[in-house]
Amino acid sequence: MAKITYIEHNGTNHTVDVQNGLTVMEGAVQNNIPGIDADCGGSMACATCHVYVKEDWFDKINKKNEGEDDMLDQAYEPKKNSRLSCQIIVSDDLDGLVVDMPEKQT
Amino acid sequence: MIKTDALIIGAGPTGLFTAHQLKLIGLNCEIVDNLDKIGGQCIELYPDKPIYDIPAVPECTGEELTNNLINQLKPFDIKFHLSERVDEVKKDNDKWIVKTNKGTSFTTPNVIIAGGVGSFEPRKFSVEGHEKFENKSILYSIKDKNIFKGKTVSIFGGGDSALDWAVELSNNCNVNLIHRRDEFRGAQATVDKVHELTKLKKINLFTKFQLKKLNGSNKIESIDIEDDDKNIKNLKTDYVLGFFGLIMQLGPIANWGLNIDKKTVEVDTEKFETNQKGIYAVGDICNYPGKLKLILSGFHEGALAARACFKLARPNEKYRFEFTTSSKAIKNRLGVKGD
Repeated sequence: MAKITYIEHNGTNHTVDVQNGLTVMEGAVQNNIPGIDADCGGSMACATCHVYVKEDWFDKINKKNEGEDDMLDQAYEPKKNSRLSCQIIVSDDLDGLVVDMPEKQT
Repeated sequence: MIKTDALIIGAGPTGLFTAHQLKLIGLNCEIVDNLDKIGGQCIELYPDKPIYDIPAVPECTGEELTNNLINQLKPFDIKFHLSERVDEVKKDNDKWIVKTNKGTSFTTPNVIIAGGVGSFEPRKFSVEGHEKFENKSILYSIKDKNIFKGKTVSIFGGGDSALDWAVELSNNCNVNLIHRRDEFRGAQATVDKVHELTKLKKINLFTKFQLKKLNGSNKIESIDIEDDDKNIKNLKTDYVLGFFGLIMQLGPIANWGLNIDKKTVEVDTEKFETNQKGIYAVGDICNYPGKLKLILSGFHEGALAARACFKLARPNEKYRFEFTTSSKAIKNRLGVKGD
């Protein structure tokens, strides 16, 4: 279990407990947190679960999967700390993770 | 005005198999899709990715699945309207009038929405003021490459479309190619060609840069691009081309008076009918308790929606359930000789 904070583009914070083994994307969808569309359902085929991972966390979470950067090319306003939240698996180590959401996903 | 027993919106796997089911029970149908090819998400998002959960098919790619479904439709004559988006669905007594963005119109008692997550549209730039230049100085697809002759064209993107056009246009235009990172996801041969043309100064390559600002009043005169360290470069340009792939937008479906929740359409599980009589939703776009977004669920939903269509298309006939293994009528429709 990890407490994860999702920050909407307008600054609204959502902190929820997410079970180990779920993805950061699923944590948002299951808790009805707005700002993550996840159109393809987590198959790394759409770039609509794009988040910015806070700098101090970026190196601590699992590395990008092969193909993730290819999808991020198509994301809305990608930055250095961009990730697809469907590719970040939650574990106890992620307790306290903070992700910012882009202005929109499409 | 085209008359048909059923109109299917979406040529993905669910739309294709639904067409098969309609033809099998003796109804005719036509299919509209916004993409320029058949296959929907399978062909656009994951043509090469293996799928492992199609019944009786241990493994196949999105492209193979699409080709098999097209083969399965071979006995039937089905008209596809590709590169057309359905914009309007209006009630006309007991029929629906359906119009596309290309002006094609249909009259039909049954509309089956097999639209996945909506229609694929090009992903656009996000910088301020991009709207006023779109379709003039900013383009997301190329219809006539001759308009660029002798001009400066700034191409954004790192996939095959961006690279192919950079190579092609470098023949007679001044090409800037801008991409947000060093790696490209296009075919290796094209990537090599781009690097070769960059060395020959036929392409000006800017990696780790993104579009920051558009300058110009009526048409674009120059653009500012910015790298990760906030360094800004100004590039004179006549045209800006963006190739960031396609996104899925629910689009006009939202305006047809259907009950929509989280980009999906509510249906019953007997006919897969929406709150509007004669409009059905099947596949990823439909929603009901227990819905699974699996291709196999779409097949089941399409089969049931097809039977529901029969009632409205042939109000004076009674539908009779038959097996393909034994029905003479079905074998006739399939064009197979049987006992």
